[in-house]
Amino acid sequence: MNILRKKSTAHLPFSETVIELFIRLCGISSILFVFGIFFFVFREGAGFLFGGLDVGQFLTNVEWQPTSLNNKRYGALALIVGTFSVTLLAMCIAVPFGLGAAIFVSEFCSPKLRETFKIIIELLAAIPSVVWGFIGLTVMNQLIITVFNAPIGLTMLNGSILLALMSVPIIVSIAEDALKAVPDSYREAAEALGATRWQVVYRVLLPAAKNGLLAAVLLGAARSIGETMAVLMATGHSVNMPSSPLSWIRTLTATIAAELGEVARGGEHYQVLFIIGILLFTITFVVNLIADLAIKGIRQES
Amino acid sequence: MNYSIETENLSLWYGDFQALIDVSVKIRDGQITSLIGPSGCGKSTLLRCFNRVNERYGNVTTEGKIEVLGKNIYDADVSLPELRKSVGMVFQRPNPLPISVYENILFGLRTHSPIRSMTRTESDQIVEEALTSVFLWEDLKDKLKVRATSLQLEQQQKLCIARLLPLKPKIILMDEPCSALDAKGTLAVEELMAVLAGTYTFLIVTHNMAQARRVSKECIYMFLGELIEHRETQALFETPQHPKTADYVQMRYG
Repeated sequence: MNILRKKSTAHLPFSETVIELFIRLCGISSILFVFGIFFFVFREGAGFLFGGLDVGQFLTNVEWQPTSLNNKRYGALALIVGTFSVTLLAMCIAVPFGLGAAIFVSEFCSPKLRETFKIIIELLAAIPSVVWGFIGLTVMNQLIITVFNAPIGLTMLNGSILLALMSVPIIVSIAEDALKAVPDSYREAAEALGATRWQVVYRVLLPAAKNGLLAAVLLGAARSIGETMAVLMATGHSVNMPSSPLSWIRTLTATIAAELGEVARGGEHYQVLFIIGILLFTITFVVNLIADLAIKGIRQES
Repeated sequence: MNYSIETENLSLWYGDFQALIDVSVKIRDGQITSLIGPSGCGKSTLLRCFNRVNERYGNVTTEGKIEVLGKNIYDADVSLPELRKSVGMVFQRPNPLPISVYENILFGLRTHSPIRSMTRTESDQIVEEALTSVFLWEDLKDKLKVRATSLQLEQQQKLCIARLLPLKPKIILMDEPCSALDAKGTLAVEELMAVLAGTYTFLIVTHNMAQARRVSKECIYMFLGELIEHRETQALFETPQHPKTADYVQMRYG
C-alpha cells in the first residue's frame, strides 16, 4: 500500500479539482500576459524595425520629425536622453529621501508612529499619476518660475520632483523590508560593543542590507522610467537635448502616449512608436532583472 | 578582594511583569561567577542589566542601585558606549557581524576611536593579539578576509570573545555562551574562560549545572526573579543552605 505517495485526483471532491485548476490557470495567466504583451508590441514594430528603420540613426539622432511631409526623421536620442535624465535627477532626489525615511521608520521611530507613517506613505503611492501631473502643471510650475526666475516651470526639474515623489513610496517600503530582514542579533551585537544607534545603521545595517537597498532604488527607478502622464504634463513635452534641470524635455513614454492616437495604423510612424515600446520594455526588463538578482542576493546571505 | 559589580535591591519590570525582585549581589573581581536557575527566572535579565543592554526593549523599568566598577551606571553622566566598552558581552547564539573576521575584531575599536586613528600595522597587530588570546590565530590567520558568519559555530563564538578584547574590558558577561555549541566547542570555550579569568571578571549564565561546577568559583542560584543563594560553587552544590537550591542542584526541580 502506498497511500501517501499516491496522488490521484480521482478521490478528490469535484470542487477541489475545479479550484486547483482555476488557481493553476491564474498562475499561468500572468506569464501568458507578459509574453502576450511582448509578442504584440514586438509584432507591431517588427516590420519596420527589421526593414526600413535605420537603427543606428534611431538611437543616435536627435531629430524626431515623424510627421514632416518631406523630411521624415526618426531620431529618438533626445527622447532617450530625456527619459534617462529626468529619471536620474528624480533618483538624486528620491534616493536620499527614500532611504532616509526607510531608516527612520525601521530603526528610529516608535511603533505607533511607524504605523501612521506607513499608512501615509502608502497613501502617497495611491495618488493617480494624472493628479501628480496636475500638481506639476499648476503648483510646481508656479513654484519653479518664482524660485528660479525661469520663463516657464514645465521643465525636467518639475518632472523629476514629481517622479521622485511617486517613487519614494516604493523605495521606502522595499528598503524598510530589507532593513527589517537584517537579524536583530547584529544590532544587539553592535550595541553591546558600544556602537551608537547611528553607528549601528551605517556600520552594520547598511552593509548588511545593501542588496535590498539596491533593489529598492532600482525598482524606484523602473517606476520612474515607465511613468507617462505626470512627465507628459510637467516636463514641457518638447523634443530637446536637455542642458540643465531647467530645460524642457520629452520622454519615450510621453511620446507614445501623445502620438499613438493620431497615427495611421500600420504606417511607419505607428511602427516606430511600437519600437519605442520595445525599447522601454527592454530597459525596464533589464532594470527589474538586476533588482531581482539583487533581492536574490539577500536571500542567499540570510 | 574587591567587587566588580554590586547591586542593591535591584528590581526590574518588563511592562507589568516583574522579572527581578530585590536582587542584592556582589560579584568578585577577576574570577568566574555563574548564574544558574530554571528558565525564565531572571538570570539573563540580571546579566543584561550590567551593560544596560536591557534598555533596547523599550518597556523596561528599573529600581534600585547597580554599581559597575564602583560607578552607579544609572547616573546621568554615564555614557552607554563607555559602559559597554568596559563591560563586554557574549550572547547565546554566536553573533559575529556579517563582515570579515578582521573587521569583526576591529569593530569595537573603530566605533570608539576617530576614523583612521590606527595604522595598518597597529590594526594587524591588534587582530593577531586578539585571535591569539582565544587560540584562533593558527586556524584563522589565512582566513582574516573571510566573512565571519561563514565560520564554524565554535570559531564564531570564540571570535565573539576575541572581538571584546581590543577594547580592554574589565568585565565579560556571557549569556549561555555554549548552548549553541557541541561538546568539543563547549570544552574549548570553557578552557578559554579559565585562561582569561584573572585578567577579566566573568559572569556567566548557564543552564548546564555541570558547566557551572566546572568553570566557576562562585555560583548564584536564582528562582522566579529572586536571588536565592550565592556562595562558593562547591559549597552551593554540596551543602546548599536553602531548600529551593537543594531541590534544584539535586535535580528534584528544573
